[in-house]
Amino acid sequence: MTPDKYFRRQKFVLTAVLVGMVLITLFAGDITRFDTADAFTAVPRVVRWSFRNFIPDEQAVSRLPRILSRLLDTIYMSVMASMIAAILAFPMALLGSRTTRVAGWLAGAARGFASVFRNIPIAAWALILILAFGTSDFTGFLALFFATFGFLSRAFMETIDEASASSVEALRAAGASYTQTVSQAVIPGSMPQMLSWMLYMIETNIRSATLVGILTGTGIGFQFDIYMKSLQYRSAAMIAICLIVTVLVIETISNALRRVIL
Amino acid sequence: MSLLEVRNLTKDYGEVRALTDVSFSVDAGEFVSVIGPSGSGKTTLIRCINRLIDATSGTVNYDDEDMLKLGGRDLRHARAKLGMIFQHYNLVYRLSVIENVLHGRLGYKSDIQGILGLYSEEEKEKALETLDLLGLSEMVYRRCDQLSGGQKQRVGIARALIQDPKLILCDEPISSLDPSSSKIIMDYLKKIQTELGITIFVNLHQVDVAKRYSERILGFNSGRLVYDGPPDGLDRVQIEEIYGTEAGELIIE
Repeated sequence: MTPDKYFRRQKFVLTAVLVGMVLITLFAGDITRFDTADAFTAVPRVVRWSFRNFIPDEQAVSRLPRILSRLLDTIYMSVMASMIAAILAFPMALLGSRTTRVAGWLAGAARGFASVFRNIPIAAWALILILAFGTSDFTGFLALFFATFGFLSRAFMETIDEASASSVEALRAAGASYTQTVSQAVIPGSMPQMLSWMLYMIETNIRSATLVGILTGTGIGFQFDIYMKSLQYRSAAMIAICLIVTVLVIETISNALRRVIL
Repeated sequence: MSLLEVRNLTKDYGEVRALTDVSFSVDAGEFVSVIGPSGSGKTTLIRCINRLIDATSGTVNYDDEDMLKLGGRDLRHARAKLGMIFQHYNLVYRLSVIENVLHGRLGYKSDIQGILGLYSEEEKEKALETLDLLGLSEMVYRRCDQLSGGQKQRVGIARALIQDPKLILCDEPISSLDPSSSKIIMDYLKKIQTELGITIFVNLHQVDVAKRYSERILGFNSGRLVYDGPPDGLDRVQIEEIYGTEAGELIIE
């Protein structure tokens, strides 16, 4: 094959992929009656409508104290759920990790258990838990906690295998016991990475808490839901702005913390 | 009675036989090198001796203890008397040099002392002496991830030495190092053998290094011991039997 022919074929493949993607999009749009042209022309209208209805007015500003207090509840709940989940996920990760597992069947059980918690979406957790605990702060907390526990168990297992497998081997060879190995090799080796995962979950949970709040009738999500349903868009917008600012602030703080610990 | 005696050791990984009926013994104070191509069972052999891997059959007798029959506390105590250093150093890189060295004492400590990292004054003194012996007295409180490869390996040696072992198993200790660091590490191993009287049992990839440093060489091919004798006895025929190729085709020095 000459280089000329080779590059011509590469270009042909690229073009074919692009044409294919456009065709699939058009086909999907046709089935769902999605009018691409209409969607694009709607953008200016959406922007104009948002500016008319989503700028907080005086009333929205006067509601700030209540919004902030709900927001604070939501932040506390997310932090609590993440920290408690992290504490419980650590022993689960020890049992499930290839490096530190005690017995094969127990590791399988731990992995399976964590996987159930992880693979049920947080919205589903919220709806299931409402049946058991009704609409309360505790239900929202549990939904966040379960989903976080599942995710962190898995993340911690991988962190342990990655960060401490070799030093665990060395300590075992030197005659160290299981508990000594965990406290002298696993914890110092993987703690920073695990804390980083926990910070990530705190950020994620503040976002998820809004959705969970809408479903379980608690926290900032509930307040947002009320304003939206009573057509008080300007107050709802106030909440959206507060949430964005909060998430940015939390992200900044946790990035700073990460730089210190990693 | 020899310090280490391996009899009819066999190890299967499922269908694959990694070690076949391996028998040899090592006397106290010897410097023994194990050579052979990749996948010939050198690493498996070392790990079967201190039970990081469980052998399928055979016996390993170390310092009058039947290693393969030990469990729990007895196994910990036997391992404590048997040092090991690794190709990739296997340190806890976020901890300081001295903390990593003191890990070598864990086999002698109770669970609670080990968990809390309670080491005696003598142990700390010993750690400092050992680091001094290995030329690391400037690095005592440095975090291990700041060290060079050669320095990391010396921390690994210090961790093994502080165990007060009669024998140190070395699993390809210089395979990740440059030539000058490799020489430093091999010289320290030789010094440990001649001055401290500790037996050295080392896996090597480099035939020339094995010949220069050891008093005895074990050659492996496909899990079988095919040579057991002095470095001088290792001629072209023997090397061909170990590596399955003409000696002239090997890169030696």
